[in-house]
Amino acid sequence: MRLIILALLSAGLYSPLFVAADWQVNLDQGATEISQAMYSLHMLIFYICVAIAVVVFGVMFWSIIRHRKSRGAEAHNFHESTTIEVAWSVVPFLILVIMAVPATKTLIAMYDPSDAELNIQITGSQWKWRYQYLEHDIDFISNLSTSQEQIDNKVKKSVNYLLEVDQPLVIPVNRKVRFLFTSNDVIHSWWVPALAVKQDAIPGFINEAWTKVSTPGTYRGQCTELCGVGHAFMPIVVSARPEAEFLQWVEEQSAQKQAEAVLAEKEWTLDELTAHGEQVYLKVCSVCHQPTGEGVPGAFPALKGSALMTGDINAHIDIVLNGRTGTAMQAFRDQLSAVDLAAVITYERNAWGNNSGDKVAPSQIQQQKQ
Amino acid sequence: MEESYRKNRKLGTRLVAVTVLMFAFGFLLVPLYDVFCEITGLNGKITNTGALKVQQESDMSRSVRVQLIAVNNEGMPWQFEPAQAAIMVHPGRVTQTYYTAHNPTARKMLAKAIPSVAPAEAAKYLHKVNCFCFERQQLNSMETQQLPIQLMISRELPSHIRTITLSYTLFDITPQPEGLMLVETGAAGSPR
Amino acid sequence: MATLDQTVDVHEDHGPAKGITRWLYTTNHKDIGTLYLWFSLLMFFVGGTMALAIRAELFQPGMQLVEPALFNQMTTMHGLIMVFGAVMPAFVGLANWMVPMMVGAPDMAFPRLNNWSFWILPFAFIILLSTLFMEGGAPDFGWTFYAPLSTTYAPQSVTYFIFAVHMLGISSIMGAINIIATILNLRAPGMTMMKLPLFVWTWLITAFLLIAAMPVLAGVVTMMLMDIHFGTSFFNAAGGGDPVLFQHVFWFFAHPEVYIMILPGFGIISQIIPTFSRKRLFGYHSMVYATLSIAFLSFIVWAHHMFTVGMPLAGELFFMYTTMLISVPTGVKVFNWVATMFRGSLTFETPMLFAVSFVVLFTIGGLSGLMLAIAPVDFQYHDTYFVVAHFHYVLVPGAIFSIMAGVYFWLPKWTGHMYNERLGQLHFWLSFIGVNITFFPMHFLGLAGMPRRISDYALQFADFNMVSSVGAFIFGFSQLLFLYNVVQCIRGGRTATDQVWEGARGLEWSISSPPPYHTFTQPPLVK
Repeated sequence: MRLIILALLSAGLYSPLFVAADWQVNLDQGATEISQAMYSLHMLIFYICVAIAVVVFGVMFWSIIRHRKSRGAEAHNFHESTTIEVAWSVVPFLILVIMAVPATKTLIAMYDPSDAELNIQITGSQWKWRYQYLEHDIDFISNLSTSQEQIDNKVKKSVNYLLEVDQPLVIPVNRKVRFLFTSNDVIHSWWVPALAVKQDAIPGFINEAWTKVSTPGTYRGQCTELCGVGHAFMPIVVSARPEAEFLQWVEEQSAQKQAEAVLAEKEWTLDELTAHGEQVYLKVCSVCHQPTGEGVPGAFPALKGSALMTGDINAHIDIVLNGRTGTAMQAFRDQLSAVDLAAVITYERNAWGNNSGDKVAPSQIQQQKQ
Repeated sequence: MEESYRKNRKLGTRLVAVTVLMFAFGFLLVPLYDVFCEITGLNGKITNTGALKVQQESDMSRSVRVQLIAVNNEGMPWQFEPAQAAIMVHPGRVTQTYYTAHNPTARKMLAKAIPSVAPAEAAKYLHKVNCFCFERQQLNSMETQQLPIQLMISRELPSHIRTITLSYTLFDITPQPEGLMLVETGAAGSPR
Repeated sequence: MATLDQTVDVHEDHGPAKGITRWLYTTNHKDIGTLYLWFSLLMFFVGGTMALAIRAELFQPGMQLVEPALFNQMTTMHGLIMVFGAVMPAFVGLANWMVPMMVGAPDMAFPRLNNWSFWILPFAFIILLSTLFMEGGAPDFGWTFYAPLSTTYAPQSVTYFIFAVHMLGISSIMGAINIIATILNLRAPGMTMMKLPLFVWTWLITAFLLIAAMPVLAGVVTMMLMDIHFGTSFFNAAGGGDPVLFQHVFWFFAHPEVYIMILPGFGIISQIIPTFSRKRLFGYHSMVYATLSIAFLSFIVWAHHMFTVGMPLAGELFFMYTTMLISVPTGVKVFNWVATMFRGSLTFETPMLFAVSFVVLFTIGGLSGLMLAIAPVDFQYHDTYFVVAHFHYVLVPGAIFSIMAGVYFWLPKWTGHMYNERLGQLHFWLSFIGVNITFFPMHFLGLAGMPRRISDYALQFADFNMVSSVGAFIFGFSQLLFLYNVVQCIRGGRTATDQVWEGARGLEWSISSPPPYHTFTQPPLVK
């Protein structure tokens, strides 16, 4: 009857598979040839393992049922047999060879050295990814876009909770894309299951991997190497598009860049800047310095009434653009546009009673950024 | 009793010796790892630097694309970029290019560039005859400098490698003034 | 306590001292074994509480109870405490109790060293646990403490962590030296190497693994210490170091460490299965050789933990092949256990239940390990919950079940009382069910793409996480039954015979239950 319990138990374990379809239990087949190859290999090895388990546990449960003392079983006296022992060393070895052949083939395919048409540098940092297209003038940072309220259970969670970003990585389908991974702080690992790409991003070193997506679509992944407090909050979204759409996107990016430059040249009023700056501040700075500008004593300095905010304007610009080494204050030079930077600095100099009346023109920042 | 005491002592001493040896072996793994990297090119770690001993004739029939990448480590505010994103190099020929670095801050800073190569397999065929990464770089406030590299790809480079990526990661090694670290070091930041 | 007669040496002619000094100053292998076992049980509950904190947070998506910073500290401390505080000391405790009795030795070879090895442990863990209350928090970089997260980016408490690891290392190494010396030098006349019970054999090999691997761990934390405080650059790229070097040195220690945590378990199972099958162990010689080859292979497979760091093809292939090879000797062991049961005369008391489920669940963990060894697919499995499922299958129903099997098996010998069999079986079934509900769904989570060590997860992982958390609480709380059963057994119960179990064979079963404070002061003769 223990066997029945066991059977019920294992049925209980597996029953969810048959009840709800979205309880995913297996690897994704993915969207590339390599991911398909990995999936087939995974299934092959899984079936071999199941077969081994069935044979071994079969014999074992046969003994458990038939050779019980309560059924009057008498113990036999055999305790060694060279033939059998050699056999069950050699047979598993042969099974391993059978597994090793396709595994080696797949691995060699993954290390295919042929040239890629698009090279993208991916830099991990706490806790976001930066994408630089080496052949194009495209360079952006991709942040988690799930709101803190969702994480704190204050509002309903979106469908792609924790798997959504403000700006996805866009790549063309049916083209070999090569990724170059690095990090500028701790080790991260870039993983998109559907692309079957998982590679560590190591500070000071570069790693490479490639993909060739066959089906257009949006593919999601996450950082898979523990990288600190925000490890769970740096997702990856890849948007694979047909060639034409990809090229269009590239055009849009440069158009957008020009538009930003034009915007930076525009004359901004103090009110326009502080209004825009407040939004940027709440999105980017308030996590540490707090919405009230009061900071967190002992951890993050207050901006309200700070000498830096009301004193030398260039020192203020310097710390926002270049960060401060050895502290949590990052360099925002590449993370924000000139308009955003000018606006947020202007805001900080005029909010919370800092009323310096100073205005930083986006064009001034634009010059510094160059 | 006496004899067993002696035996135990002897064995114990030997085992302690093994322990000490293994501790030393742990440290020995560091140079061993470098040798291992040199043989396999693991991690794209470049060990062969400095003037070339053997001058090679250049192979004009073949050219290899060398992509140049610049990475700033965390908190490094310099503007740092290659003059060209990629150069074509004939194996055996010494080729020259440079990076530019600009210090936009209001203080004098010291930096060190760390090179890395992908694919890792190519690392041992890429020789840097002269490189700014051999030394620390110092820039005054608002100063800009060209940082030259002379490199050569060995003719033995396997024919299937047609693109090599050479990256430099720039680390800020400016000595920290005492007391600057007091408040903020403990703050690991927030998840967002 | 009655003193023993027939002893020659006056210094051994006494029972245990009274009160606390008995435990502080004891050099008796049985006392020290008891200390180790209680300490390990305490740590098991501490580490288990942390595991429940983790599972409570992961019960639902979103942040509820444990914020991310504390979550990372919990995963780190859970790992460290379970590995160094629960599993390893439990095995050392069992070795202390059983090895001298099994080889016919009066005590361990270095009794004073033995006392010291144990008493380092509580202090090491006080240091480690105190980091939880320090500014900046406890270590939060995972039990694998990869640089630079554990060096440049570590909380201040990392220094205390390093000292704690050094102390744990010293304790384990001294314990290992003691066990080797006992086994090699103090065997009773006639107890040849090839007559040693398998528990002794596996512990001998484990002890050699310990003295080979633990110094490397000491080395790697020393390098960290130097990087953090003395300006060296072993793992810092800026100074010409390499963070990947850390991983190589660490796994050079940590892969053998994995076998340190399972080989003694193999030994325990190899004692229990023949006993309750009433039949000799099948393939004794091949068991010994299999253990030796596993130990050897464990030193040349380490980089299979690092398939995604960017190794050249040749490296990936080498580590894939060697790792796959380990399944041959491991398979031999499983086949031998099954063959021992085959045509035996089986009964299923609690130790046997744990042993049989060990074989089944460890094999599942072994097979998922074989899947992980296949480098190309490991790119999909690596650092996901599939790995978490795998190593918990080999460590919980593997190492922990073997320890519990061993405790139930030898408890009547140690105390002279039978434990409550019904309660034991209840404990087993609740543990068995709990363990599977906890860890089986983790395979699915990993394959569906959930990375490990994340404090919050996407909605598609919600269902299995909830199941897993429920299982964890079932498993966790059923361990209180174990505590209750052990305490009850010490306090009283049906008197155990000397042989205890009908099928039990060996020197340890020839002495009285409970054994006298000093056993085998006159060496027995083994035929």
